Amino acid sequence: MAKNFSEMTWKEFGLAFMVTNPGCSAEYRTGDWRSQKPIADKDKCIKCGVCYLSCPDGAINLAADGTYDFDYDHCKGCGICATECWTGCISMVEEEN
Amino acid sequence: MAKKIGIEVSLAISEAVKLADVDAIAAYPITPQTHIVEHLSELVADGDLNAEFIPVESEHSAMSVCAGTSAAGARTYTATSSQGLALMNEILFIIPALRLPVVMTLANRSLSGPISIWNDHSDLMSVRDTGWISIFAENGQEAFDLTLQSFKIAEDHRVMLPINVNIDGFTLSHVIEPHEFLSQEEVDSFLPPYDPPLQLNPDKPVSMGMVGIPEIYFEAKKAQDVALIESKAVIKEVFQEFGEKFGRTYNVIESYRAEDAETLLLTMGSIGETAMEAIDIMKDEQGKKVGLLRLRLWRPFPVDELRELVKGIKTLAVIDRAVSFGGTGAPVGGEIRSALYSTEDRPYVASFIAGLGGRDVTIKDFMDMVNLAEKMETEQEVHEYKMIGVRE
Repeated sequence: MAKNFSEMTWKEFGLAFMVTNPGCSAEYRTGDWRSQKPIADKDKCIKCGVCYLSCPDGAINLAADGTYDFDYDHCKGCGICATECWTGCISMVEEEN
Repeated sequence: MAKKIGIEVSLAISEAVKLADVDAIAAYPITPQTHIVEHLSELVADGDLNAEFIPVESEHSAMSVCAGTSAAGARTYTATSSQGLALMNEILFIIPALRLPVVMTLANRSLSGPISIWNDHSDLMSVRDTGWISIFAENGQEAFDLTLQSFKIAEDHRVMLPINVNIDGFTLSHVIEPHEFLSQEEVDSFLPPYDPPLQLNPDKPVSMGMVGIPEIYFEAKKAQDVALIESKAVIKEVFQEFGEKFGRTYNVIESYRAEDAETLLLTMGSIGETAMEAIDIMKDEQGKKVGLLRLRLWRPFPVDELRELVKGIKTLAVIDRAVSFGGTGAPVGGEIRSALYSTEDRPYVASFIAGLGGRDVTIKDFMDMVNLAEKMETEQEVHEYKMIGVRE
């Protein structure tokens, strides 16, 4: 994880708070505010990859067995994967916290 | 002595922009600024200025284009007035927050309503807190010189902030004055090409204008405020260098015959010329101990310089050209009261509003204001502000 913003003084940010290393949001946990999360019944998964292709945030990764895992650090819980999944193996459940 | 050329002030400003060799101009015509960008469009069309002239459908778009071109590393210029400035409002805040050194001429004009195309400072005052550096010119020569200096100030890596150069609409924009121009060689020796510290460039990508979550926003605003306050040192440095090179020296507050004065007038913009004539008459013919301060730098406010200049002064009469409706002071008068409140032996501050919507402020008006301010000082009259020249 990159440096915690809440510990940095105003002098430590660069000119106009520009981001000089694009794509660095991967270094931060951006899924904290998710209210629902996707879970998969992998017995129903046909390894088609539609969830992987439709995720707008790149938060679904290919697993070693050919199925797919969710990256909960970055998943925002939008539910597109659950809607698009052909076999209905993905469902959205309430976050407990 | 260099040759002086009689030319409309708007065209002199266009010439300064051309000499600054800007890369991009985006503007929408609005009175009384129109002649400036109209002439620039001719210069570009004629091939005399190698720049992109981007005509847009509104001032909101003009300032948005300026954000884009400046972010891409182009030296960027625009000009506007009044309602046009008001329409830019949203983007005016973005430009300094992104630290983009856009230079804009403001041909100051009152805001509607009633509809008025004539001069006062209500347009600038409505965008006072957007975070731009604000500089006032009193005549055409100052407008020409300050336009050139503004690019150097804005693009200094210690500054990286936009500047609006204020000229009174019609009173300056549409009059023909003698100007002493600089040659391209002279300008090039003073103003280097823009070297952006960061820019939108596919070879070295950056993200500008990111979201400021609560953990960051406050720090971003602190950094921006410090940048504006600290720009004053660079402004003074550039004024100094320009003076040494070309013989015309500028100060953040100009002082006119203020030695031995007990009462000072304080003005911004072209009415300072009339005020100087009033001061001459009062000093030379009436033996009054008066003088004049002309506030050149409005933002960042030169608080230290002001405190120094009013030391030992009994009465300070501040003349505003705008109203802060329902407030405790006129914009400049209130600011000056605030700046002096914590100082010892501060002068009595009489706050006047004059010349709204193109109403002339005459020599007699200035003499009346001096006399009134001195009477108010004697009586220690408690007041917020008084309107001078309005029919009661």
